[in-house]
Amino acid sequence: MKFRHTLAVSALALCAAGAAYAQDQTLVYCSEGSPEGFDPALYTAGTTFDASSHTVYNQLVEFETGTTNTVPGLAESYEVSEDGTQVTFKLRPGVQFHSNDLFTPTREMNADDVIYSFERQEGDGSWEYYNSMSMPDLIDSVEKVDDLTVRFNLTRAEAPFIANMAMDFASIVSKEYADAMAEAGTPEMINQRPIGTGPFVFEDYQTDAVIRYSKNQNYWKDNEPKLDNLVFAITPDASVRLQRLQAGECHVMPYPNPADIEAIRANTDLELLDQEGLNVGYLAYNTTQEPFDDPQVRKALNMAIDKQAILDVIFAGQGEAAKNPIPPTMWSYNDAVEDDPYDPEAARQMLEEAGVEDLSMKIWAMPVQRPYNPNARRMAELIQEDFSEIGVDVEIVSYEWGEYLERSSAVDRDGAVLLGWTGDNGDPDNFLAVLLGCDGVGGANRAQWCNEEFDQLVQEAKTLSDQSERAKLYEEAQVVFKEQAPWATIAHSTTFMPVRSEVEGYIVHPLGGHLFDTVTLNPDG
Amino acid sequence: MLKFFLSRLGTFIPTFFGVTLISFAFIRVLPGDPIIVMAGERGMSQERYEALRAQYGFDQPIWKQFWDYFTGILQGDLGNSFVTNRPVWDEFFSLFPATLELSICAIIIATCLGLPAGVIAAVYRGKFLDRFFMSTALIGYSMPIFWWALLLIIVFSGNLGWTPVSGRIGLLYFFEDTTGFMLIDSLLSGQSGAFRSAVSHLILPSIVLATIPLAVIARQTRSAMLEVLSEDYIRTARAKGLSPERVNGVHALRNAMIPVITVIGLSVGTLLAGAILTETIFSWPGIGKWMVDSIFRRDYPVVQGGLLMIAVIVMIVNLLVDLTYGLINPKIRSR
Repeated sequence: MKFRHTLAVSALALCAAGAAYAQDQTLVYCSEGSPEGFDPALYTAGTTFDASSHTVYNQLVEFETGTTNTVPGLAESYEVSEDGTQVTFKLRPGVQFHSNDLFTPTREMNADDVIYSFERQEGDGSWEYYNSMSMPDLIDSVEKVDDLTVRFNLTRAEAPFIANMAMDFASIVSKEYADAMAEAGTPEMINQRPIGTGPFVFEDYQTDAVIRYSKNQNYWKDNEPKLDNLVFAITPDASVRLQRLQAGECHVMPYPNPADIEAIRANTDLELLDQEGLNVGYLAYNTTQEPFDDPQVRKALNMAIDKQAILDVIFAGQGEAAKNPIPPTMWSYNDAVEDDPYDPEAARQMLEEAGVEDLSMKIWAMPVQRPYNPNARRMAELIQEDFSEIGVDVEIVSYEWGEYLERSSAVDRDGAVLLGWTGDNGDPDNFLAVLLGCDGVGGANRAQWCNEEFDQLVQEAKTLSDQSERAKLYEEAQVVFKEQAPWATIAHSTTFMPVRSEVEGYIVHPLGGHLFDTVTLNPDG
Repeated sequence: MLKFFLSRLGTFIPTFFGVTLISFAFIRVLPGDPIIVMAGERGMSQERYEALRAQYGFDQPIWKQFWDYFTGILQGDLGNSFVTNRPVWDEFFSLFPATLELSICAIIIATCLGLPAGVIAAVYRGKFLDRFFMSTALIGYSMPIFWWALLLIIVFSGNLGWTPVSGRIGLLYFFEDTTGFMLIDSLLSGQSGAFRSAVSHLILPSIVLATIPLAVIARQTRSAMLEVLSEDYIRTARAKGLSPERVNGVHALRNAMIPVITVIGLSVGTLLAGAILTETIFSWPGIGKWMVDSIFRRDYPVVQGGLLMIAVIVMIVNLLVDLTYGLINPKIRSR
């Protein structure tokens, strides 16, 4: 009895604390994992970005919350030279860096910080995102025009450059802080005790447990952030996250189990926000190998796949069948393209016409769960059944994730690979050129598909600065893609965000990040 | 006693070397290149790949890599994590107190419940209590930890609201680590309610972690007791007219303790292994979750350093267990 009494008292204490939270506007976010560090340029994981670039830092331009459009960030404006090789950013005056017990800034953010933020990534170190976006080849130099003007000299005209500047690796760090820490012999502090210009000031990180932030009182955006404190309670298990959300231990949680969606909808204390994810899951044939070098064969196989069954089983109905390699929320999506119908009879006939008999093939199933493919093994089994109906024998193979990525890139790889992609910057180039361009053969282009017509369209679109002109070329490229069918496009998944009903103003970001700048708590909600 | 201690210590050194070698080899025989894993779906160019290999020293011959690792260990340097770039040693000691705290609570629960249950089962052999305790122990032993933990959370935290769902302490309590042990730190912090919050957070994970060792201890105590109870000197003690409590509690239990202590010692290994799942479910920031994350990221220094540290701890505990035998039973000492 005494035990129960104690628990009742502690529950009361928690409730009282909850009331104090409401006055203080402290939001607790049950995050799915631990950040690898707090210097976003060193990492590529979304979990790390949520804790660093989305809270502590800003970029020169940023993605408008809820869209993939770029809007001014630390740069008030920018200008692109006529030939597209010079981009000049006019920086926002009066932007303050945060301070902590190691460092107090003596000046406002200026061109030196911007130059330092990029130049450091040209040096040694694991600047993976910067490298994987081919920035070292693209940026020739970064120069200071004056204190508040920076010019990027590019080696070629490249329209997606602006969107790249809104990415996490392009976060602006304080040169003054970096210098001070280098002098103190503790350069790793930039990664452990971050100083940025963002909406929230980093306070403390208890490894694998809790990250605490407070409001940036000097934030350059008026009336933001609205919260006084932001707490990340690291909770790796999705079922436990949901229990915590229901118990009021946190206000927002990412990545619910698909099986819990209905229960969340039914709970009146919770609200389920959703957003079409900027992703695509696909099955990539090896187009350099017989008989998959014949578009007719690839088309036939695509027509044998029952996508609706996959959506129902793998995505619990929470997704959309994909017909193009880019998601429908992205500009230049060609809605006029018609998907291959599900028609096993016709598929069988087409295979016969192509002279393919007794085909047996491998399908590669990823060993990990991704938003674009929550259960690759099961998906492979469904496709195996579909293919067996048209007389194609499938063997399912899988490898450890690192092996999988490595082996599936090989040009002489055997069979078709299940994989997918989540957009980095909302630019179609980030899907079409990276995943299907000739440069990607032997790398991210798992279909090993190099089509001259497609590649030319995509390369040309990259050099134009006018978005509507670019969109036309990308639309054409999607038509070529559909005719040639290097992939079976499977699905675009939906991102769900369960929040407690007192949370107001949370917007699900299509690029997958979790941002709290505009969020408020309404205790009566 | 000193000779006994030294001879046990003598076996410690080759074991330590073996563990070093195995921990080094273990992560390397797993398929998956850490650099490829780092790049993910995006991939990287061959030049970039080579540059990173050189940066992490993977271009060195394997014996050289081992030699650097081994000489590092002898100097107390386990290397830096590839991911966080922090020394493995620092990371281990910042997280280990959480695991230790949980393990100590679990072993206390397991021993305090398991010993009496085993004794009672042995004394009432074949009766209802025996069957009840032993079948419960069997269920406990075979229960999937993951499922058991979620069940407890759903019932006690979700439905009844008695305990918090996960974490180490309520989020409103915030103080610096002094010892790393939340129960102690929360008392030292002087914040009212902090200690109670820490205790309430410990309840469910300790029960979950204690489940398997509890079952093992109960079963082991029972069988050791049964063996001792059939000895002649027990019959003599009974014949002398000693009370059953004295016969069972002193004459039998003390002699049955040796195999039980062995089991308690061995369950340290089980606890550290069980902690991996328990910590993940209860968002408990200990070394279990840290190791799992590192294995997925192929963070070589953390995996090999973490394994080595865990192995050394298990070895030290076993050494202590050996020494305890000596204290309990003088015959072992003189052997």
